[in-house]
Amino acid sequence: MTATLERPGSAHTRQQAGHLVGTRHLVRLALRRDRIVLPVWIVVIGMLASAGAGSYEAIYPTQAERDALTASMGSNPSLTLLYGPAFDLSTAGGFTAWRFGAFLALFTALACIFTVTRHTRQEEDTGRHELLASAVVGRYAALTAGVLVAGLGALATGVLITVSLAGVGMPVAGSVALGAGTALTGFAFTGVAAIAAQISEYSRGANGIAAAVLGATFLLRAVGDAAADASWLSWLSPFGWATQVRAFADERWWVLGLLVLAALVTGLVGYLLLPRRDVGMGLIQAKPGPARAAHGLRSPFALAWRLHRGALLGWIIGFAVFGALFGSLAAGVGDVIGDSAEAQEMFARLGGSQSMVDAFLASMAGIMAMIASLYVVQATVRMRSEETALRVEPLLATSVSRLSWAASHLVFPLLGSAALLAVAGFATGLLHGLRVDDLGGQLPAVLGAAMAQLPAVWVVAGAATALFGLLPKLATAAWAVAAVFLLISMFGPIANAGQLVLDLSPFQHIPKLPSAEFTATPLVWLSALALVLLGIGLAGFRRRDIG
Amino acid sequence: MKNAIDVNDLRKSFGSTKALDGLDLTVAAGEVHGFLGPNGAGKSTTIRVLLGLLRADGGRVNLLGGDPWRDAASLHRRLAYVPGDVNLWPNLSGGEVIDLLGRLRGGIDQRRRDELVERFDLDPKKKGRTYSKGNRQKVAIVAALASDVELLIMDEPTSGLDPLMEATFQQTVQEVREQGRTVLLSSHILAEVEALCDRVSIIRNGRTVETGTLADLRHLTRTSISAELAGHPNGLTSLEHVHDLKVDGNKVRFDVETDSLDEALRMLTSIGVRNLTSQPPTLEELFLRHYTETEIGSAS
Ligand SMILES: Nc1ncnc2c1ncn2[C@@H]1O[C@H](COP(=O)(O)OP(=O)(O)OP(=O)(O)O)[C@@H](O)[C@H]1O
Ligand SMILES: [Mg+2]
Repeated sequence: MTATLERPGSAHTRQQAGHLVGTRHLVRLALRRDRIVLPVWIVVIGMLASAGAGSYEAIYPTQAERDALTASMGSNPSLTLLYGPAFDLSTAGGFTAWRFGAFLALFTALACIFTVTRHTRQEEDTGRHELLASAVVGRYAALTAGVLVAGLGALATGVLITVSLAGVGMPVAGSVALGAGTALTGFAFTGVAAIAAQISEYSRGANGIAAAVLGATFLLRAVGDAAADASWLSWLSPFGWATQVRAFADERWWVLGLLVLAALVTGLVGYLLLPRRDVGMGLIQAKPGPARAAHGLRSPFALAWRLHRGALLGWIIGFAVFGALFGSLAAGVGDVIGDSAEAQEMFARLGGSQSMVDAFLASMAGIMAMIASLYVVQATVRMRSEETALRVEPLLATSVSRLSWAASHLVFPLLGSAALLAVAGFATGLLHGLRVDDLGGQLPAVLGAAMAQLPAVWVVAGAATALFGLLPKLATAAWAVAAVFLLISMFGPIANAGQLVLDLSPFQHIPKLPSAEFTATPLVWLSALALVLLGIGLAGFRRRDIG
Repeated sequence: MKNAIDVNDLRKSFGSTKALDGLDLTVAAGEVHGFLGPNGAGKSTTIRVLLGLLRADGGRVNLLGGDPWRDAASLHRRLAYVPGDVNLWPNLSGGEVIDLLGRLRGGIDQRRRDELVERFDLDPKKKGRTYSKGNRQKVAIVAALASDVELLIMDEPTSGLDPLMEATFQQTVQEVREQGRTVLLSSHILAEVEALCDRVSIIRNGRTVETGTLADLRHLTRTSISAELAGHPNGLTSLEHVHDLKVDGNKVRFDVETDSLDEALRMLTSIGVRNLTSQPPTLEELFLRHYTETEIGSAS
């Protein structure tokens, strides 16, 4: 028991303190391990909003233009679906809160989930936790350390958002509200991750559960905000609360209380669940498997299929729901947007031009592709985690060649992403086609728009493979590559980024179907680039040491 | 007989650490060869080079007549590997892993597999981490032993086994030897080495310091003698190869190298022996000396 924790009190409180022994050391260890990742996400998320805020004055200098913006975008259900309701687009702050608020919360929540899992469940996976637990470390110390580090990251992000927005001259109250909403959403998902870490037996499962909760609650907000008669759905989601704080639009501070409550409740449940399971085990325990392998389990691909199929299925379901949702809402875009020139220009920047609906469908295809690229990174980086878990050596010590092992895994980022885009494109096209009574025309057009994104997604797969083959220790930097492409494409146009920066993202080069003309040239050279990167990665992997 | 493994002057560095620094290793076909050395000596590194998982920086490596880096996949049909750290896939049962690895190696003997599962008392239905460390190792051991291969390479295969399973393991390796197969066995368990190995190689700091049968190695070590003599043991100090001599009146205690044993005993009997006990070197002492001896003269 540490002296600092000892307080006069019942034996019970002392016992509780004992459960936390060693937390300080674990926090320090976690901060050391995350010394690069943590500052990066804090700074990137923290500075995103102020980067966007600056361009508002440049894009909408006059009051008339701002009124037009409010009239057009503020009431466009397809945009509120993505970004949330716009409460006040006549100020730079209100615009920033609308355009970035939901995504700041989303990114922070994701970062918190990964951080908690990394320092709790993943430590148990690798057996490192046992090493620590046998030293003087209390039962709740690891969970507490993970929660503290994630919370610290969310807090720092919130503070940075507040300070940077106030620093560029935004009202302080709104800056605080946006920062607090972001940080508190991070806290709430820190709690969700704390629960997930108790339920699942493996870090992959824990991340999956927490990410599914995140996806589902983001969708609840999206549907609730877009559909006028179901707006109560937004109130079931932390992302709904984060936007309903209404930063820079007459802040409603009490809504922050809901986030605080969510964080406390989820965190408490996590702590209550922890003693109900054994170290290294989950509340959901693996069922026994067959005593013999099925006849088909005799190739590296059969094994890769077993390892990837669960995640792929989850992603396919998610994409189907997402696509169906966008498809059923797409037709509403044209009505509301009217003929305001500013809005048209703005929307053209996002997706393409001409028909608003087509532009919307085009930008949805782009967004699906960027999300698919996250699956691609997850599936590619799997090779590295198999390697570091020492599960590759026994396989490569059989007659399996390095190339066939890697190829078996790469089927998933390459063809799995194609399946995701096909499912999303099909669902969007189907529902949109049914709504506008033009299934024969819309379904192939929308499906084609989604599939046209594939070469850009493959470039991400190529980059991830190249990192894995040449710089295996940096293989997880593939996440950063995908994140940079995503940020460039989502916020680059808003932030008035230079063309050179925009060109870095492969997604910027895909023809914006169905509104734009189809051109094969970029698809061909993007595919060629992907192929070259894959080749480099595989050649590197054949030559390098395993381990 | 041809050699299953022939390693000459093998070198491998990780950054600035020289893991292997001119290592030699010869394993004759049909023998069980013990591979010994202190932690970090380079045993696992050598084995990884032999499996084509690491690329050697220098030296010559011949495995089953081929180059393990170039011909990895084809050579691997003829060998089975038991890693030191066994990690299983979370969603595969132990039985599935055994079958999968066997099939990827080019076939598995079903009867032998079932027999081994039985003998090692393994529940093949469990998954991933629900196995204890020892049981995970058993999965890898059964998968390797059930394959019909010429060469078994095992890296500390029994570090997690209980004594009962250790005995079973030794029995199965004996059977493997009787079938004429070759085994390279890295181990820290000296009793296991003594029971199983025809020859051993001891390495330290990435270099081979000793190779031979256990009898050969014993020969290189010292016997402890204590005796009560008829007179004062004057002449002993003049003898070469006598160490740690302690004289207490007519009683003496000393260690003597095997080559000088005969001479020392003759000296004692010339004084007259009333009482004598001699102790052969234990295996522990033997290895400890090889493990801890200060740096031997540089190769140049
Ligand atoms: N991938 C690696 N990167 C850097 N250094 C390494 C790597 N693998 C091994 N080493 C170093 O090489 C040396 C030999 O390690 P090796 O694992 O071969 O020892 P070992 O004889 O198997 O030891 P043990 O008995 O503990 O298993 C050690 O100093 C180790 O730190
Ligand atoms: Mg080793």
